[in-house]
Amino acid sequence: MNISEIGHDLADLLRKFDADYLEAHLEENRSSHLTYRGKELESMDKTSAVGGNIRALVKGGWGFVSFNSLDNLKAKIEQAIEQARFVSGGEARVEPFQPVVDIVPGDIALNPVDIPLAEKKELLDEYNSVIWSTPKLQTSVIGYSDNYRKYLYINSAGSFIEQERADVTLRTTAIATDNGEVQQVGLSLGNRGDFNRIKNLHRQIKEMAQRAVDMLVAPHVKGGEYTVVLDPVLAGVFIHEAFGHLSEADHVYENPRLREIMTIGKKFGCDELNVVDGAAVPGLRGSYTYDDEGVPATRTYLIREGILTGRLHSRETAARMEENLTGNARAISYRFPPIVRMTNTYIEPRSTSFEEMIADIKEGIYARNWYGGTTSMEMFTFSAGEAYMIRNGKIAELLRPVTLTGNVFVTLMNIDAIGNDLDMNEGGGCGKGGQSPLPVSNGSPHIRIQHCLVGGR
Amino acid sequence: MEEILELARQLAGEAEVFQVISEELPVHFEANRLKAIQRKQSTSISLRIIKDGRLGYAAASGEIEPRKLVDYALETARFGMPAQFNFPGPTQLPGIGVFDPEVEKISTAEMIDLGQALIEPVTRSTPGIVCDAAVSRDSLMVQLINSRGCRAEYRKTTFGLGVSGTLVRDTDMLFVGEGQESCRPIRDTKSIIATVLRQLELARNLATIPTRPLPVIFTPDGVLSAFIPALMSAFNGKVVLQGASPIGKRIGEKLFDAKISLYDDPTIEYAPNSRPCDDEGIASQRTPLIENGVVRNFLYDLQTAGQAGTRSTGNGSRGRGGLISPAPSAFIIPPGEASFEEMVKDVKEGLIIEQLMGAEQGNVLGGEFSGNVLLGYKIENGEITGRVKNTMVSGNVYQVLKEVIALGKTAKWVGGTLLAPHIYVPAVSVASK
Repeated sequence: MNISEIGHDLADLLRKFDADYLEAHLEENRSSHLTYRGKELESMDKTSAVGGNIRALVKGGWGFVSFNSLDNLKAKIEQAIEQARFVSGGEARVEPFQPVVDIVPGDIALNPVDIPLAEKKELLDEYNSVIWSTPKLQTSVIGYSDNYRKYLYINSAGSFIEQERADVTLRTTAIATDNGEVQQVGLSLGNRGDFNRIKNLHRQIKEMAQRAVDMLVAPHVKGGEYTVVLDPVLAGVFIHEAFGHLSEADHVYENPRLREIMTIGKKFGCDELNVVDGAAVPGLRGSYTYDDEGVPATRTYLIREGILTGRLHSRETAARMEENLTGNARAISYRFPPIVRMTNTYIEPRSTSFEEMIADIKEGIYARNWYGGTTSMEMFTFSAGEAYMIRNGKIAELLRPVTLTGNVFVTLMNIDAIGNDLDMNEGGGCGKGGQSPLPVSNGSPHIRIQHCLVGGR
Repeated sequence: MEEILELARQLAGEAEVFQVISEELPVHFEANRLKAIQRKQSTSISLRIIKDGRLGYAAASGEIEPRKLVDYALETARFGMPAQFNFPGPTQLPGIGVFDPEVEKISTAEMIDLGQALIEPVTRSTPGIVCDAAVSRDSLMVQLINSRGCRAEYRKTTFGLGVSGTLVRDTDMLFVGEGQESCRPIRDTKSIIATVLRQLELARNLATIPTRPLPVIFTPDGVLSAFIPALMSAFNGKVVLQGASPIGKRIGEKLFDAKISLYDDPTIEYAPNSRPCDDEGIASQRTPLIENGVVRNFLYDLQTAGQAGTRSTGNGSRGRGGLISPAPSAFIIPPGEASFEEMVKDVKEGLIIEQLMGAEQGNVLGGEFSGNVLLGYKIENGEITGRVKNTMVSGNVYQVLKEVIALGKTAKWVGGTLLAPHIYVPAVSVASK
């Protein structure tokens, strides 16, 4: 089966229907997964998928049909239009954009899915034995995935875009136990399909396993307010979770009060604070040439010198808010319609060194590494995989993992130092509206936050 | 399916083919209005083989050549784990109601009316609230065949209704919401609406709470967000086998308060997660996990049971790519005797927790939960005084559930995965600012 050929037939078909806007996505993908649980390879599989969807806009209402069978696409277009008619009378519309015809080939030399499973297994066996060579270690979990996608975007205005991309992710976890106590430490990495970039991680994995053991005897932090310094990984998660999601226009455009809070020009942080999102930043997991509505990727300043300057849009939210397109409509696969998503999100570096940042902290917390994070827009919570006390300007004892929480608006204002060491983290995946994990990256230099609430006992 | 099974049997020896055909029809409301109607059709097929004693897997969504699927599985079987089980032979499945043809008859128009009926009373009660709602009807056809003659097949329907509201005042945001799911149509919107209106009323005023251990009443939703992720991991036979479950060696020991029992039960008629058999063709059963505080069993699929030297509890579940591992079907905590009012009256100063945000981010494996109270209320001298904010709670499920003051007298389904009452405990760490 060749989805490009089917796509050309479909492009002709889309023009024949009466709808305000019609678009189609067709996709073929292949992937492989390897999982270790304990000393042995637990499972390995190869999967493939072919599918597509049709989205129709009729008089302000959306209809959407997704499918695996590419037969009788005409009937599927009719279904999508019929559904959209049911909804019509709503206010949905799309920002016009000129038709684009383009082919964007993948940017990797070797498709990771085509690398023999034996070679992948050999590398993961090495990593697993590194973890297992650590004394007092109870067990390990390793998950490796790769994926190759070819996907088409076609619309009734004449766009026809064919894109390819590949993705590789590696998650390793070391679990240590003692007397019913369990501690775990993880390392997550990802990239745009380059298998070579997950080689030679033996030293990092060794340190990770040792830390899980060390945490068994580490003290719990006492809950309360602290001055907290975040490393680039955790600060990146913070800016993604706590602020990035608020910048997604679909949260804002139909909520007048939230719109008021997110008024462009409002002060959100100190003068040093710049926050950027952009798929046009090249070579990262959140990078692409066109989004899933056929709009070219951009680079958007969300905050510039502490002032709210932009937000992320789909064609619908840009039209409704009368703002410029940013190319942030993304779908995780053909099973879902595109929605407003982040891409590569980061705090721009400034001049403070890490040593300067901690020098005048009498008692604080240095929180490193991502464990998880979530947000309710106003409130956020995220967990550090690793934490230390800061005492009298020095990094002191290792702590049990800590969870940080707060109000985003207050916390952004409380950032009072931004480091000079920007680092991007590509190991995460973002979830929204049931679409997870979407490849994104986020990053930051070290940052310092005053009065941050830390959970503990 | 037959063609793939036959080809795989010839090339591998033992084989199993599992197919799911599904259609989902969700109707979405956004910002108080109908927004989109979707139809998601999907077909997926997965193949598991045992060749020379080793397991291999492959899966495909949409069209694939049978030979290609078999080749994928053969490639993985070269390195696969040694199989510690045989595929089951012909089995008699229990008759559990999970299909109701009435669900498929519900028209799109009626689904739209139901969504409007959920939103209208909420927006009328609270000016400025922005509601999203979803009404969905799904149908599923599951088929499993294997080289030992097992033929399992069932159809299932599910119907879901839910509404959520966001109320923004200055920079304060309040989130409320409620939903229900069943294998049968749900046409009664009253109880969902009543729950949301009550949440709005209780949250009208803000209350402050001190930083120290306090008595807490977890609502069924609160039980789900605080305790269930840790318990689901601890009772998973695979986690036990790895030695990573804190209770893995403690069967027969009383680790919880005697008022606490816990079952895994996919046999309840028309409950959203019920099914006649698991994804390996093993008949569904009710498995006691905790009885009167005593740890009883763990959950197994065929392979994990084989490794652990025990029997499958019918908890084989297919995840990504058709890979099978043990997973709970639905957790059931039987109710106790206290009314909600009695529990509230008993608290001098404490907290009701309805939603915890981020509780599963901590050391879940170790039983720890730590999260921000997304929806919770302060109790003072036996009265609910208002909603709390900027508050974190943390604890360990094995410590917190060791001593329970009371369980509520009615159990409620939450999210299809849990049927539980309110749980009232004497002390949980609270940090607030």
